[in-house]
Formats: sequence, C-alpha cells, structure tokens
Amino acid sequence: MPGFPSFRLTQEEVIFCITVVLIGAFSLFLPKFLTAGNILTLLNNVATLGILAVGMALVVVGRGIDLTMIAVMVIGVAFSIWLSANGLPFGWALVVGGLLVIMVGIGTGTLVAVADVPPIFATLGLASVVYGAGRIVFKSDVVYAPTGYDWFTFLGTGTIAGIPVSVCAAALLAGLVALFLRKTRFGRFIYATGDNPFAARTIGLPTRPVIISQYAASAFIAFLSGILMCAVVSGINTRLYNSTLIYDVLLVVVLGGIGLSGGQGGVRNVIVGTILVGVLTNGMTILNVSFTAQNLIKGVILLAALAIDAVLNPRDEQTSQSGDI
Amino acid sequence: MSFSTDIVRWRYKLLPDHVIGEVLTKKWVDSAIPFLALTLLVLCLGPFVPHFFEWTTLGNLARQIAEFGLIVLGLAIVMISGGIDLSVGSVFALSVLMSLIGMNVEGWSAGTGLVAALAVGAFCGALNGFLVGYIRMRAFLTTLVTLIIFRSLFEIVFPQFSTAIVTNMSDSAVFEYLGTAQIGLLPVSFLITAVIAIGIHIVLSRTRYGWHLLAVGGARRSAYNAGINVRWTIFSAYVCCSTLVALSGFLFASRIGSAASDVGAGLELQALTATVLGGISLGGGRGTVSKATMGAVFVLLLSNSFLALAISGPGADLVLGLILVAAVFLDVRWVKNRHKVLRSVYISPAYARMPDSVSTDPRAGAMAPNDKLRDVGVIGLGILEGAEDVIFDRDDNLYTGSRHGDILRWFPPDYQRWEVLAHIGGSPLGMAFDRHGHLNICVAGMGLYQVEMNGTVHRLTAETNRSLLSIIDDSNMKLADDLDIAPDGSIYFSEATTRFEMHDWYSDALESRGNGRIIRYEPKTRKTRTVLKNLVFPNGICMSYDDRSLLFAESWACRISRYYFDGPKKGRVEVVIPNLPGYPDNINRASDGTYWLALMGMRTPALDLSLEMPGFRKRMSRRCSEDAWLMPNLNTGCVLKFNEQGEVLESYWDQGGQKHPMITSMREHKGVLYLCGIFNNRMGTYRLQGADPSFCGVDSYWGHRS
Repeated sequence: MPGFPSFRLTQEEVIFCITVVLIGAFSLFLPKFLTAGNILTLLNNVATLGILAVGMALVVVGRGIDLTMIAVMVIGVAFSIWLSANGLPFGWALVVGGLLVIMVGIGTGTLVAVADVPPIFATLGLASVVYGAGRIVFKSDVVYAPTGYDWFTFLGTGTIAGIPVSVCAAALLAGLVALFLRKTRFGRFIYATGDNPFAARTIGLPTRPVIISQYAASAFIAFLSGILMCAVVSGINTRLYNSTLIYDVLLVVVLGGIGLSGGQGGVRNVIVGTILVGVLTNGMTILNVSFTAQNLIKGVILLAALAIDAVLNPRDEQTSQSGDI
Repeated sequence: MSFSTDIVRWRYKLLPDHVIGEVLTKKWVDSAIPFLALTLLVLCLGPFVPHFFEWTTLGNLARQIAEFGLIVLGLAIVMISGGIDLSVGSVFALSVLMSLIGMNVEGWSAGTGLVAALAVGAFCGALNGFLVGYIRMRAFLTTLVTLIIFRSLFEIVFPQFSTAIVTNMSDSAVFEYLGTAQIGLLPVSFLITAVIAIGIHIVLSRTRYGWHLLAVGGARRSAYNAGINVRWTIFSAYVCCSTLVALSGFLFASRIGSAASDVGAGLELQALTATVLGGISLGGGRGTVSKATMGAVFVLLLSNSFLALAISGPGADLVLGLILVAAVFLDVRWVKNRHKVLRSVYISPAYARMPDSVSTDPRAGAMAPNDKLRDVGVIGLGILEGAEDVIFDRDDNLYTGSRHGDILRWFPPDYQRWEVLAHIGGSPLGMAFDRHGHLNICVAGMGLYQVEMNGTVHRLTAETNRSLLSIIDDSNMKLADDLDIAPDGSIYFSEATTRFEMHDWYSDALESRGNGRIIRYEPKTRKTRTVLKNLVFPNGICMSYDDRSLLFAESWACRISRYYFDGPKKGRVEVVIPNLPGYPDNINRASDGTYWLALMGMRTPALDLSLEMPGFRKRMSRRCSEDAWLMPNLNTGCVLKFNEQGEVLESYWDQGGQKHPMITSMREHKGVLYLCGIFNNRMGTYRLQGADPSFCGVDSYWGHRS
C-alpha cells in the first residue's frame, strides 16, 4: 500500500530472526555450542540435507514438488555400489548410476509435464516404485561402499583449509544453483513457469522441457548428496527411505520461505532454512532430547512456520483455485 | 438403390452409435470404470491366489473392509471437499492406542472407550480442519506435518503402555462382541460400516450439507460467492474424516486386542490409492460412497493377495505405486477429456433418403414462389424477441411468448399497447386455448404449462413415461414444441427431440433421426403418456376437422402426417404430404376448412444429398464449427395452405427473407394472417383476400361464445 511504511516481515526474515535468537540462546546456555568444532560438526551434519534441499528448491520454484528424492538417492547410490561389486570400476559405476538417476528424473518430469499428473501424486507413487524396484535387486538394507578409492575417502573425511569437504561441496553446489537460477536464461524460465505456467506457455516458453529438466536436475542432485552421504559414513542405508528425511527436506525449503505456489524464493532461503534445522537439531542433541521428541518439536515448528506464512500471506477466496491442494 | 447405399442404410439402422454418446452422459459411467477394474482384478487374481473364495478368507476380508472402508470414506469426504488428509494413518494409530489404553489398561466400559477414541480423532480432525479451513493453509503440507506430529506423539506415548496393553485384557463383553461376533454370515463391524456408508451416501447425495461439500470442492470460489460457509464446511469435513478414522481404530482395537509400534504406518498411501482408484477426483467435487468402497475393496484384495502369494514388501510397494500413478493419470485424463470425447461422439447422424420435393416451378401452380409477404404490416418491431407462436382470444387480444420466458398480451385494435401476462421461464413455444379459455403453452426445457387469464401459471406436466430401453432419461421434457387440444379436452403435444436442448436444435437436424415423439396429457386423470415415438423432429400439431385425428409435421423429414386418436382407424398414422419443398413448422386452422402451414426453411440439394451420407455429416460435425455446417435455406419465408387430402392450395413467399425469414408459425384471425418467427424481432400482418372476416380460432374449436 503506497503511503504507509511497510513493516511486514517476509518468512525468510522471520526464520532468520528465529535462527539468530536460537543461536544466541544456545550459546548462552550451552557452553559447548559456540565452538569451532561444534559449528563445523553442525554444518557437516546438515550438508547432505542442504544439498537435497537445494534440489527440492529447484523443483518447488517451478511449482512442483519432488517426493522421489530419497528413493532416488538411496537406490541410485546402492545401484552404483552393486555395479562396482560386480566388477565395474567405482568411478564408472557412479557415472552409470548418475545416468540412470537422470533417466528416472526425466520419467518423473514427463509424467508431470506431459501427462499432467499432479506432481505430488506422481512423485509419491514413483517414490515407492523406484524404492520397490531397487529393493527387489538389493536384498540387504545396508550397502557398504567399496574401499581403496582415495578420492572417495577424501570426499568423506578430508578437509580443505580446515573445512570438511562435504561442507565445501554443499557450498559449491548451492553457489552453482544460485548462479544458474539468477543469471541464466533457463533459470529465469523456471521462475516464469513456476509463477504462472499458463502465461509462460502462452508467451512461448518451453514449459514442458523446463519442468522435465527440473526433475532431472533434482534427481541428479539427490544422487550427488547420496554419494556424499555414502562417502561420509562409507555405505548407504536404504531404510532411509522409510524415515522422515523427505519431510525434513521439505521443511527446510518451506521454512526458508520458498512458497509452494512457485515462482519465488531462491538458494538463500534454503541456506537460512538449513541452518535453522541444523542449529535446532544440534542444540536438541546436545540437550539430549530423544529422536522422536526432536521430530515432534520440528513438526510443531514447521506447522507454526506454515501457519505464520498463511496468516501473513493469506489465500484470497477470489483468486485461489479450487483443487489447489 | 445400389448395393453400397443399402450397406450404408443398414449399417446406420442396425448399429446404434448414438447410444455411445448417451452412455457417456450418464453419471454412472464414472463408477463403471472402477467397477470394471475391480471385476478384472477378481478375475485375474481368483484362479491364482490360494483360498481366494473361501469363507474364512471372505470373512476376514469383510472385517478388513469394515476398518479400511471407514478410513477411505473419511478420506473421500475430505477429498470431495477439495482437500486431502495424509494424517489418517497417524490418527488411526493414536485412536487405536487410546482405545487400548482405555479398554485394556484402565478397564473402561465399551461406551467410554469409544467416546474417548472418537474424541481423540475429533480433536486431531479439528486441528487439521482449523489449520486448513480457517487459517487456509495448504492441505497437503499441513496434514503431512500433522502426520509427523501425531506419529511422534504415538511413538512417545506407546512405549510407556506397550507392556500394560499386552498383559491386560479388556473385560468388556461389548468390546469383545464388536471384535469377534457375526450376525448371520457377516461380522458386526462390517454391518456397522455398511450402515455408516449408507448414511454418508444419503448425506452426500440428498442433503444440504452434502451438496455444500460437493460445491466447495467443485468450485470453491463460486461456493464462497453463493454464500456457503466455505471455512466451516472444510473444517467439518476434516473432523468427520478423523472421527471415522478413530471409529475404525476402535474396531481394529476390538478385533486385534493389542498393537504393534508400526500400527497405521503407510496407511495414508493405501487409503489415498483406494480413493483415487475409485475415481474420486483430487481437485474435489466429484466422488461417491460407492466409488470409495470399490477403491477400498480393490486395494485390500490386492494387498491380501500379495500376502497370500508371499510377495515381499518392496514388490507390493512397487505394484501399489504403479497403480497409484496409473490411476491418477487415468483420472486426470478422464476429467480433462470426457467432455471432448462426449462432444465428438454425441452427434451421430442417421441415414435418411429425402423424396423428390413438390415442384416450386413457377408454371407448376400453387407452390410457385412470389413475394406476397414483402408488403406486410408490422407489430411489436424491436419489442418481440423469439415469438415462436401467436394466438388470439375471442376479444381479439393477441398473445405471444418471448425468449425471456414471458407471455405477452397485446391489445386491439392496433396492437401497440402490451403487458406481460405471466412469467413462466424457459422458452414458450406453441400455444392453444382450451374450452375454459385458459392458455396452454409448450415451454421448451420445462414442459406443458397453463396460464389463466388473470396471470396465474400452472404446470400441467413435465414428465412422461420413461421408455424401457432408452439410455438417456426420456421421462423429462427437453423440447416441448407445439400442442393442440382434442374435443374431449386431452392435450396432444409434440416433443421435437429427446436428445438435444432447444439451443442445439440444429444438431438434431444434422442427425435427422427419429428422436422426437408426441405426448398426450389427460387433464381429468392428470396422466401423461407418450403416444407416438421415433418421429423426426415432430413440430406443429393441429386437430383435424373430423374430431378423431390430428395432423403433425415432422420437420427434418419434410412431411405432414395424420394420427388417428379415435374412431375405427384409432392408433394409425397416415402420411398426408410426403414431400414438402421445405421444413414444416406449425400447422393451424384456416377459416375455409383448410390448414395453414409454416415452412421454417427450404430444402437445398446439397443438404438433401448429405442426408444419405451419415459419415460425411459426422465428420462435418466434428471438424467444422457449427456456423460452417450445411444448413437449410433459412433465408426464405414461406407459408402455404393445404387441405385434408394434402393438396397444396396457395403459397405466400418472402424470397430472400427480407421481412420474414424462418417463419415458424402463423395464425389467421378475422381476415388477417399473423406471421411469427422464432428469430425475428417483429410480427407480420397480411390481409387475406376473401377470407371470413369474423373467423376466430377459438370458435373453430369450441364453438361461438354462448
């Protein structure tokens, strides 16, 4: 409204303030919190989550959602390990796994973009298809990474200038995606498609290829984060699919202030959300809160964030579409 | 006639392809697809799965249906309202936990336990409903988060009671009865669910609340603008859903008597698959209890068969996931393309061969074209809109209908002043006075109505007997067109087509099939019966002077026929004029014992030829927009006079339709012929030479005023 000074906070700013307050509180009351070692552990712990969230953000900006990420991650990496166990060099196995994962992403994207299946249901169904297909091949829950590859060990445990490689990798990826979204033409296409797919299509943007490539990218990013996770713990637990990890990823994206209606937000929002979740988890772990209670608290905070967003940016009955769930 | 035309003729006679389009208009087509899928599943699985059809398996299935069905019904209610509830699995777990703590550990009575369990469910639902309905958060994410929260609550509380639940037993007999007893062959829990399902069906399809739910889901904005309390409706849907889930949890607890830590996990995916498989749309506004039930049975049969066949968890996941994606895909495609398919399939032209027409050669005599109707007087220029018919009472007042659904009365002598006698609605077409001076009117889209001279409107009939084999509901009246009244007071009226609404009249012309009928309404018994069926756009109706037959026009067949409703030939139909040069509309009595007939348009050779090529007309209807279709020559006005034998005596033309194109009716009154057209903005008056200057139609039927 012109003429009135605006004091409205965006969700990103709200979350940023909460994060600062939490960091302050934890620093005051938990003596071990604000040490260099703990901060690096915190960042290291959320590196994979952050990478996954960057991939999810890419899709959510384009008015989609990708619930297949965890399934793709565990099955893609497990498949690569299975290939290398059958004689292929591990590097090549990862390349083949990456190609397979991109194919899955293209399949998901096609289902959404061409067949018009709502992304929530396409990815929800495909997640269990991918996981089921993978689990028919690998009988055991936990697949261990092959040993004897120095670069792989470095990826998991090495440091660059004192910072863990995984954190560096996450930062690099975030930077690349941010540049891609902000500076390239294709990145702007994603925003346009997410903001209003019909208008984007009308002015001649290739909306279908844009959507398909988003899902391919998110699947590939999920695969990358799987490699990183596999390097850190030298193996991958396919039961991760049954955990609430995918909800944590969504939590990070939505908390950071990327609206699910698409067309807004960016990598900065993801970083803010990731750090909040990292601080929260780290603090609660130091406080010795049980895992289920952590889930509960995270859930309540996510619900509060969603509610604040809904109150600050309410849906208008005249413009909201029915069937827009 | 050559052999190939014979083949075409028989192909269109024997293969009723209009049935496909009619089937697609039925609401039950939506349910037919999941039903077929279910039948197919039973046929595929039955022979392979061990013990598939045994009583114990079926009894077990019935109990599972009872519990799972309630959850699916709950989810269906939420989805019909346009939302989604992913927290059903967690709510289920919480309510099972509540029931078991109440019954096993605390030893409550069954009633108290039930109330406690339902309260837990209602509370969870109220939270969901408050967030989604009142704060208007997005349903999917919100319930995803409440799924985590409720689940975490369950995981925190459950370990503290797990041993107490297993080591204790409920001492409530009712609780045990619920879980184990059968009435006849059916488990009690199944009967409870069946009663609830019927109740929900009645609420959804018959009550205001159910309609509000459907409205909010179907078009939220319109529902809001129509004054429906959208927020409350959504809130209540979530509360209903979670309460049903809680009831399901209570039944589950009574059957199993204990719980594992993973109770209800993944249930939301199963329930969602069931609803989507049943054909309940994700966008809301579509869905029935029967669809939800079929979806539930489908999913249960499938997962039980996986268990029986010892297919592992991931394999089952794979198949369920594929089925979910396929079902959503089909649902989206179906909703998106159904009306397109219907549009391209519904119009299905029939074969017709037109006879050579009566000659309109200038030397031929009575039918020679002239321009007598160019010099006519004008009534109501710019005021009349869609006056299809006109009639006079004994006091010379003139009555017409209008496309706004009004009946107008114009006053003599110059018919400049007018008033709205009555408002009926619909589109008033043919009119006739009965013995008591009431005006009887055919109203397109509504039926047969009567207007008294003080303006009171009565509906005489809007429903006739439904044909046994007709697929579309032909008991209602789509296009009541013209009527006349027999000496005994019974009203015969034509319904031009049962397949199209009035504004689609030309689609019926393109079909040229016998879609119409003549209906008789008996005022004494108030009974309505169809007397003649399969007529090609029956239009004008006029009582013959012999008091035992009536003349009717079939527009697209270009013929006039006589139907005997009394006398020795009762029930028979004879053709009077088989080969008119144009498309006949209304027939009315003339002062000299003959009849007036309006031709709304003239035949053209191209259109006549195309009637022998149904495939061509079908392609035309699919590929061209309607304004590019072959049409009759409507730009000619023509009125003619014929006698009982079907000889054309005189004709009056307006070639080029400068004053009166498409004349749909005419009425002679005191030496003047009044001309009407449904698309004209005026009425014409033509002074007849040598006509009876005192002739009034009402007298011709009911005798002079006594």
